[in-house]
Amino acid sequence: MSISLKHISKSYGDLKAVDDISFEVKEGELFGLIGPDGAGKTTLFRILTTLLIADKGEATVAGYDVVKDYIDIRNHVGYMPGRFSLYQDLTVEENLEFFATIFGTTIEENYELIEDIYIQIEPFKDRRAGKLSGGMKQKLALCCALIHKPKVLFLDEPTTGVDPVSRKEFWEMLKRLQQKGITILVSTPYMDEAALCDRIALIQDGKILEIDTPKEIVKHYPKKIYDIRTDDMYKLILNLKEYEYNYAVHPFGEFVHYTDKRDSFDPDELIQFLESKKQKNIIIQQTETTIEDAFMELAK
Amino acid sequence: MKRFIGFIKKEFYHIFRDRRTLFILFGMPIVQIMLFGFAITNEINNVDIAILDKSKDVTTQEIINKISSSKYFSIKQIIENETEIEAVFKKGKVKAVLVFEKAFSKKLIKENNATVQIITDATDPNTANNITNFVSSILLKYQQEINKDLKIPYQIVPETRMVYNQELKSVFMFVPGVMTIILMLVSAMMTSISITKEKELGTMEILLVSPLKPFQVIIGKVVPYIFLSIINAVVIILLSIFIFKMPVQGSLFLLGAESVLFIINALSLGILISTVSETQQTAMMISLMGLLLPVILLSGFIFPISSMPNILQVISNVIPATWYIIILKGIMLKGVGLTFLWKETLILLGMTVLFIALSIKKYKIRLE
Repeated sequence: MSISLKHISKSYGDLKAVDDISFEVKEGELFGLIGPDGAGKTTLFRILTTLLIADKGEATVAGYDVVKDYIDIRNHVGYMPGRFSLYQDLTVEENLEFFATIFGTTIEENYELIEDIYIQIEPFKDRRAGKLSGGMKQKLALCCALIHKPKVLFLDEPTTGVDPVSRKEFWEMLKRLQQKGITILVSTPYMDEAALCDRIALIQDGKILEIDTPKEIVKHYPKKIYDIRTDDMYKLILNLKEYEYNYAVHPFGEFVHYTDKRDSFDPDELIQFLESKKQKNIIIQQTETTIEDAFMELAK
Repeated sequence: MKRFIGFIKKEFYHIFRDRRTLFILFGMPIVQIMLFGFAITNEINNVDIAILDKSKDVTTQEIINKISSSKYFSIKQIIENETEIEAVFKKGKVKAVLVFEKAFSKKLIKENNATVQIITDATDPNTANNITNFVSSILLKYQQEINKDLKIPYQIVPETRMVYNQELKSVFMFVPGVMTIILMLVSAMMTSISITKEKELGTMEILLVSPLKPFQVIIGKVVPYIFLSIINAVVIILLSIFIFKMPVQGSLFLLGAESVLFIINALSLGILISTVSETQQTAMMISLMGLLLPVILLSGFIFPISSMPNILQVISNVIPATWYIIILKGIMLKGVGLTFLWKETLILLGMTVLFIALSIKKYKIRLE
């Protein structure tokens, strides 16, 4: 096991940030922690990167105990905090060089590991890190976290505040890194990114709701989901919530995701109901369950 | 070692890329020493004065000659009657008017005393005060001369005494103080700010999750500032020697060694401050309120310790700067060596060891 947590708990005063969490991450796995802001993801990361000590429970990273062997862990992991944490007044190249030096290595030595990523920011290597765009900053931060060829990589919300194109590129890079044998623990509040992980843990209020592969988690969703749209989306949500057989109603992009209580649900009945509420241009179609639906269901 | 050098290199990038830091580091020492040396000074030089001599006899003439031949005053105007006094002041031509009373000589001989009125322009109270003192001392000197062979002494003015700094060069008194302030500020404030900056920007989190050991981070932070503080100390000493012609009586080597000791003391205070503050702003406030203010007010730099209330005298004893100023004055002005200063040096050394021990104890290897 690359990462293992047993009954980890951590409180800040009365607030339970992490509440009795246990899970394991296999070697070479891309494992996602999925949950909203304030779910306890960052606290968990800080416990695993030896920055915080848990109140209860035990954890190991790459075989080292997070409390006793913290010096070994600090030698063998790469950590990218949620907030951009590089030196803004140093250039791209200077930042990378600095992190290579403090980890006792050089850029050349591990260049093949970061090549794919670094090549994209190389044209800006003389620019100060503070003047880079959000996506560039994250790529640089990833390079810096990787420069010493870590066994385990911790990425705390690496794509928050990054544009969709860069986000997609970023996940492609993670996939490639995984193929090089690096275990990756990544957290994100974006449910669409969850599907790209090998396994995910859905986490809320410091507790784990479910751990499984994205496919299995979606399968566990008990009902069929329908996409519905009309001309008046705001009224549609109110109408659907009034409907006596509604099981779940969530806005989802340009549609509303609707689930019915009954197993034998006839969409025509719902159309009639909506027409009686003076909704126009009603579209209703069955759709695939997403992680977001599963999360909403579990978080109920 | 390579890691360590890489770290120090990074620190120098920070320092040289931040204009504000650079100004505090190198602009301030020069500005401060110039300010204290030229502007805020107790010394007077060629002050313009006017004379109203109502008796115009031998004695007054002699006194006037004495005054005009001193380098402190130049007689700008001789006025004839009292109505003119206000006019010359209003024009701002002179800082003071000396009025000799009628029949000055006769009174001095008959009644054994005569008065000179010193009217000063008190819009600048400091200068006014100084002028009074200077004139008084000239009069006193003259009085001593004429009284030499007389049995019944003549009196011209009440006695005013000036001891210490007889050359009236106030800048000599300020240099040790300014040097102390600057070394304190550069060393303690700048290190505490640069360490808390890493905390505030989140880079400390990454540094902690790296093979760098805490003491390497701290030493790496401190080394550049030791280096820069030494440059500052040298600049201040050179300025005072070459611009203000200040003599350094004692050993330059001892001066340097004591300064390095004080710099390390201030740096360890800076580290201590950074362990208790989370933001740059807190670090700066603690440095300013907790270090700079006591150094200025209580270290004996401006106000003599002996004239402070007892409780403040006690407090001044725990301020490292108090001891450093004693050492500096001893070496620079009196030219004494370690035989006279061993006690102060030992106290400074003890404080340094204490601060270093405290900061090692308080330094966090994690986030909380």
